[in-house]
Amino acid sequence: MKIAIVQYNAGNTRSVQYALQRFGITPEITADPDRLRAADKVIFPGVGEASSAMKFLRDHQLDLVIKELKQPVLGICLGMQLMCCHSEEGNVEGLGIFSNSVKRFPSQENSGFKVPHMGWNSLSSCQGPLFKGLPEAPFVYYVHSFYAEIGTSTVATTDYIVPFSAALHKDNFYALQFHPEKSGVDGELIMRNFLELTI
Amino acid sequence: MLTKRIVPCLDIKDGRTVKGVNFVALKDAGDPVELAARYAEQGADELVFLDITATHEKRKTLVHLVEQVSAAINIPFTVGGGVSSIDDVQALLSSGADKISVNSAAFKRPELIDELAGNFGSQCVVLAVDVKREQDDWIVYLNGGRLSTGKSAIAWIQEAVDRGAGELLLTSMDHDGTKSGFAVEFTALISELVEVPVIASGGAGNETHFVEVFTSGKADAALAAGIFHFGEVTIPQLKSKLAQHQIPVRL
Repeated sequence: MKIAIVQYNAGNTRSVQYALQRFGITPEITADPDRLRAADKVIFPGVGEASSAMKFLRDHQLDLVIKELKQPVLGICLGMQLMCCHSEEGNVEGLGIFSNSVKRFPSQENSGFKVPHMGWNSLSSCQGPLFKGLPEAPFVYYVHSFYAEIGTSTVATTDYIVPFSAALHKDNFYALQFHPEKSGVDGELIMRNFLELTI
Repeated sequence: MLTKRIVPCLDIKDGRTVKGVNFVALKDAGDPVELAARYAEQGADELVFLDITATHEKRKTLVHLVEQVSAAINIPFTVGGGVSSIDDVQALLSSGADKISVNSAAFKRPELIDELAGNFGSQCVVLAVDVKREQDDWIVYLNGGRLSTGKSAIAWIQEAVDRGAGELLLTSMDHDGTKSGFAVEFTALISELVEVPVIASGGAGNETHFVEVFTSGKADAALAAGIFHFGEVTIPQLKSKLAQHQIPVRL
């Protein structure tokens, strides 16, 4: 199975790469449109700032390439936020794969909660193939200050200050706000479920 | 609900765990990768590797170790000890570390925090601060608690968070190694002062100490080394005790 990881300026590719290697898979890390299109599965990770990441994707025409991929695509963290229609971070238009908007958590002063949302939190209302075989309300690892609102593509939620989209799914596109590659055995199962998807 | 984190700390010298480890089930108590895997399996929420290697030359073993840990461990981990430049951080992050902790180098040149947050994002910049109580204030100490800066920890922490530190690792030198409990009052003070998460460190001796630091101390995470290494407190028992006290934990 050929797994490609999208290489761009906000790609935290290493931890995803190591996780795949634990499954015996050596992914290809590439920004080449042809290589991305030729992969069986594409992972779009990301840690960084939304507007500079979107600028990089547009400058390299990766925005169009990602949107038009036909095989299963998994966005992680910032990757998921960039797949939404708009982000408050840098007030930027995203890829628009999902119609959800991305907002900033209210500050501690207004909410009484720390921002970023950092650590292990539980999933609710999990639906679809990525969550097959998981225990009820599994814990996953989060690090983020922005969140995607709940919408029609939401397939799992987490509650922190407000309930938000923990996972999104539409057609061949899947996305996770948490880091499955750092979420212990449950996170590994979610990644394996993605790797086993057939369209 | 967001859970409180339990963070075992491994002191590393020349690529090996030091301070002694007393796990009967380990083949090699000095192997940090084996120990880290054991803690991950037991339910540790995160790990910290603190490099205390003296020489620059031998520090290269740290990058190799971080690669091995990344390949073996499926939970987040922080690496610290002597980190002083963007290049140091780049090497550790690209070897798979999730976060980097900075201490003395950031105090001596605070712009380092801006540079690291700007290049890699605040989420991976942990500021470690060693403090001692003096009269009515908490003073920052460097070099593992041997050198007083004379500067108030509160002012330094506020500045560091403004510059982009994304998390704090607070160690009370008065409590470290005493097994008499965490610096609850100081931890609460800082946790209420800043918006970023706070890891309490120094003084853990029993399960009740963790209950105190998560309730009165308002800590987001608590770190300990020796009591875990010697099995005086085990992670599953600790977590079930915390759950009994209605403290949210990942079980």
